[in-house]
Amino acid sequence: MYISMNWIREFVDLSGLDIMDLIRQFSLSTAEVENEIFHKGSDLSGVVVAEIRSVAPHPESKKLHLLKVDIGESEPVDVVCGAPNVREGMKTAFAKVGARLGEITIAPRPLAGYMSCGMCCSEKEIGISDDNSGIMDLDPAYANGTDLKDIFAIDDIVFEVDNKSLTNRPDLWGHYGIAREFSALSGRPLKALPVANLEAYASLPALDIEIENDDCLRYSGLKFDNVGVSVSPVNMRIRLFYCGMRAINFLADMTNYLMLEMGQPMHAFDSRKVESIRVRKFAEAFTFATLDGVERKCDENTLMICNGETPVAIAGIMGGLDSEIVADTTSLTLESACFDPVSVRKSAARLAHRTDASQRYEKTLDPEMTVTAIARFVKLLSEIDPGAKVTSCLTDRYNRSYECKTLEIDKSFVDRYTGIGDAITCDHIEKTLTALGFAVERDGENFRVTVPSWRATKDVTLKADLIEEITRIYGYDNFAPITAKSPLYPVRMELTKSVEENVKDMLVKRFSLHEVHSYVWAYSDEYKRLGMEVEDNVRLLNATNPNLSVLRTSIVPTELCQLKTNVGYAPEFGLFEIGRVVKGLREDGMCNERKMLCITLYSKTAELRDLYFRLRDMLAVLADELKHKALVFAPMAAEHSWQHPKNLNSVSCDGICLGEMGVVHPTVGKSIDKKASIVYAELDIEAFAKIAPAGIRYEEASRFPGMEIDLNVSSDTFAPIKESIDAAACPYIKGVRVVDVYRGEEGCAINVRISFSCADRTLTREEVQAVVDGIVADLAAKGMPLK
Amino acid sequence: MNTAILELREKLDAALAAAQSVAELDGLKVEYLGKKGSVTALLKNMGKLSDEEKKSFGREVNELKDYAAEKIAEKAAALAAAELARELDAVETFDISLPPVLDRGSFHPVTLVQRRCEAVFRSMGFQVEDYSEIVTDYECFESLNIPPFHPARDMQDTYYLDNGQLLKTQTSAAQNAIYKKYKDALINEGKPIKAVFPGRCFRNEATDACHENTFFQMEGVMVGKDISIANLIYSMKTMLSEVFENYGLKVRLRPGFFPFVEPGFELDISCQICGGEGCPSCKHSGWLELCPCGMIHPNVLREGGIDPDVYTGFAFGLGLTRLAMMKYGVKDIRDLNSGSLVAMSQFTEDK
Repeated sequence: MYISMNWIREFVDLSGLDIMDLIRQFSLSTAEVENEIFHKGSDLSGVVVAEIRSVAPHPESKKLHLLKVDIGESEPVDVVCGAPNVREGMKTAFAKVGARLGEITIAPRPLAGYMSCGMCCSEKEIGISDDNSGIMDLDPAYANGTDLKDIFAIDDIVFEVDNKSLTNRPDLWGHYGIAREFSALSGRPLKALPVANLEAYASLPALDIEIENDDCLRYSGLKFDNVGVSVSPVNMRIRLFYCGMRAINFLADMTNYLMLEMGQPMHAFDSRKVESIRVRKFAEAFTFATLDGVERKCDENTLMICNGETPVAIAGIMGGLDSEIVADTTSLTLESACFDPVSVRKSAARLAHRTDASQRYEKTLDPEMTVTAIARFVKLLSEIDPGAKVTSCLTDRYNRSYECKTLEIDKSFVDRYTGIGDAITCDHIEKTLTALGFAVERDGENFRVTVPSWRATKDVTLKADLIEEITRIYGYDNFAPITAKSPLYPVRMELTKSVEENVKDMLVKRFSLHEVHSYVWAYSDEYKRLGMEVEDNVRLLNATNPNLSVLRTSIVPTELCQLKTNVGYAPEFGLFEIGRVVKGLREDGMCNERKMLCITLYSKTAELRDLYFRLRDMLAVLADELKHKALVFAPMAAEHSWQHPKNLNSVSCDGICLGEMGVVHPTVGKSIDKKASIVYAELDIEAFAKIAPAGIRYEEASRFPGMEIDLNVSSDTFAPIKESIDAAACPYIKGVRVVDVYRGEEGCAINVRISFSCADRTLTREEVQAVVDGIVADLAAKGMPLK
Repeated sequence: MNTAILELREKLDAALAAAQSVAELDGLKVEYLGKKGSVTALLKNMGKLSDEEKKSFGREVNELKDYAAEKIAEKAAALAAAELARELDAVETFDISLPPVLDRGSFHPVTLVQRRCEAVFRSMGFQVEDYSEIVTDYECFESLNIPPFHPARDMQDTYYLDNGQLLKTQTSAAQNAIYKKYKDALINEGKPIKAVFPGRCFRNEATDACHENTFFQMEGVMVGKDISIANLIYSMKTMLSEVFENYGLKVRLRPGFFPFVEPGFELDISCQICGGEGCPSCKHSGWLELCPCGMIHPNVLREGGIDPDVYTGFAFGLGLTRLAMMKYGVKDIRDLNSGSLVAMSQFTEDK
């Protein structure tokens, strides 16, 4: 929203103050001001009132005319002019030789063969409107040669307030509310708004107005006849233009002007089209033509203003085409109403039509304002168009209002919040709140504060809200930073957090994997391309992209999609993500959200078996390093489209299943890369974090020589060999190592090296051999003889 | 000198000169100096000699013995030296100019920035908390004083799920649970609540270079007796100076509206590029809007089981994704969730 400082100064005397500094303070204390501040008129000089003495046709051009122009100097000047509305005797705005119009400096120059010494200007050329249809047609009463800036308020400082920072300040959607802030910031008083006395019309007939729906809080109306002015005064149009609005016609401009001044949206109906006003909703949807000529679909939730049964406006959003002010309108019915903010916002959203009015209603406007706005309208109208007549009494239907709030605070409450004690005095508190329109009854250090209606709609309801008023006007820059006085306590690292960080460190630093993030939903298009199914799961109700509407049950497929995009990055790489998945719903209906670690390894160079074991060992290292525990792998059945049915193993520790590891299904694998091996693992990182670490159990190294025995066992798996060794339960077995795995035509063999040692003596050959014999016998009994 | 001795000596010299290996030398040693060696054999002929001759012959044989031993040792040393020289020379000179193979992994940039922030806050006594991505309406809105018809709850901003839950739109969604978790320690032991909670948030909006529907934030709260605006300013200034490792960092507060704080602020920091002088990146204002913060709204404290008449606190929210983009100059936010290693593999340890 654009703010004109000229307009503000109509309500607060800021003379002698540094305006730029005040605007900066406003930005720090009230609402964000955009960086660029406009110094309107600063690039305009030398434009004066001039009278066109004569108009002669240009001999070679139909469009151009040769003028003699009186610019208040001894001799008239010769001007070549192309304006369509030029006429003899007309007074217009004239840029003299040497005048500046923005980037242009006017100099005498030949135009189509004739010298032109200056230029007749349109409003657009002067920068006071976007009207370029012709040169300005000025009141003949102005003396020739008068600087235009002495007649019109062209010089102004205009700044833009970020609308988002006004979300919670319905009172700041008009200049008068902004002026109140400048008053509080500058310490200068806020002038009362000049208004007409509506009591004077009390004896006139009332309008027929009824509110039939609670979404209308208040509806005030007044009727005028005999409106003669059709074009708004220049100064009014300048203000509208500087504040980003186009002038339309006098009555429409008046309602816009009032909205910009007070923040109260108003609507002027042609009285011929509106006899009985009903504010209501309809049972069924219908189309309605708004005054911008668009047919809009209004539904049963859209609040309408009706003439009897016929809709004439969408409440709080836009008037109708049929009842708008037209060229011959002389009689109008003025609406100044207050509507429910949620209803207006939702209707505007449904209609996809946010207007200046709806934008304001959304903020919860003060219903007290409707009548004041009418009184202000009457005051302005009577000044500009003295012939216009009020022909009804103020007809005011006040359906519901907001509660009047009184809050009690004391100095210690303020101190507790600010932490800067007497830097903020009781006088400051009283002065600030009073300047902002709060009624303050002070008793020493106690304050009884009544919230003004324009702040009471939602913004100020609590004592803490008053703290904001007091501190923002005091200025946050004036606060001393002070450390909190609080006892010291150790900060414990959260378990999952520390495990997660360690896992990341190990995967990146020891195994050179790359951490990535993918989305929490399945990408159905890409899944399909890779041959993976999107599994049924919790869905997004309002996904903007239908391909992304189901939450992922596993990170594996989303990571495989990312892996696919990296084919070609390197012949070999690994990705990992620690992220969330949803494994359906829990019994209580809530999402079963789990935090998972997913690793995928890709290699064009390594054998699948080697890659698989690389991953297996990676997991084993994580468990060993962080928990000092071993993982247990057990075959499991495939149930997802990305799983290869073979070599799919569950991963557990301490009897708790943490997840799985496996090879990517060949269909999926080939879609990613025909020539690469791809393996993956997915573990529940929270479950892993909860595994109790075994800790370090120090065992002193034996000073006596140990012994190593190699057994070459006919077997294709290691597990039964390990079982037989474990079954021996020999306390002197300190280690078991696989030296070699042989797979050949003569069957498979595993060469195992068992180390024996004892802490307090040298073991004898015989006792070790006895243990080994037992193991060998056990193996033989299982059909696994030594080779 | 005796001819036999002389001949033997000359023979030895020739053999030594021809010897190429330690093994040959060992052979020569046995051949000349062994018990059955040729030098010893000379003595066998001594019987024929006079005593006088014996004396001088014996001396000459002993001299030859010493001579042989010395020459063999000398030759051995020379051979060893030559062997070592050969060994040294045998090693090739490596081309150190070949580029190193780093084979390094990489962290997600958000991890790096998050770790930095967590370390700073931990050092100031803040607990780091984790929280779920899927939350209830109560956690995300109701407990945060966001009324039922607030625009933030609209479908166009929030991803709602078909089970009634939603993807959290802000890390503030963890506030209520954090208060409930620590309120007893606050009330019974006077232990202030100091916690940060990083997390992934979601907004239902179209993505472009500056907008993502999935991004990371980090929320922080401090609640205790008499926690004030002055404390908030001190804490934010100190902590942000550490996060940016810029000890001349300036902060300023402006009013900002967020339903869960009162008063609420927008916190600006002096522009990290121009230091406050004004440059294109701060739109010549010298300031950068960084994080929303404020005094926790009484309703929010109350909802968390904390009496706002006894306790006050402040809360702030940092955009981790934004910090990462600022820190590393990432221009397109979508790179961060792309998983593209060309982009992402550049983020190695950053301490």
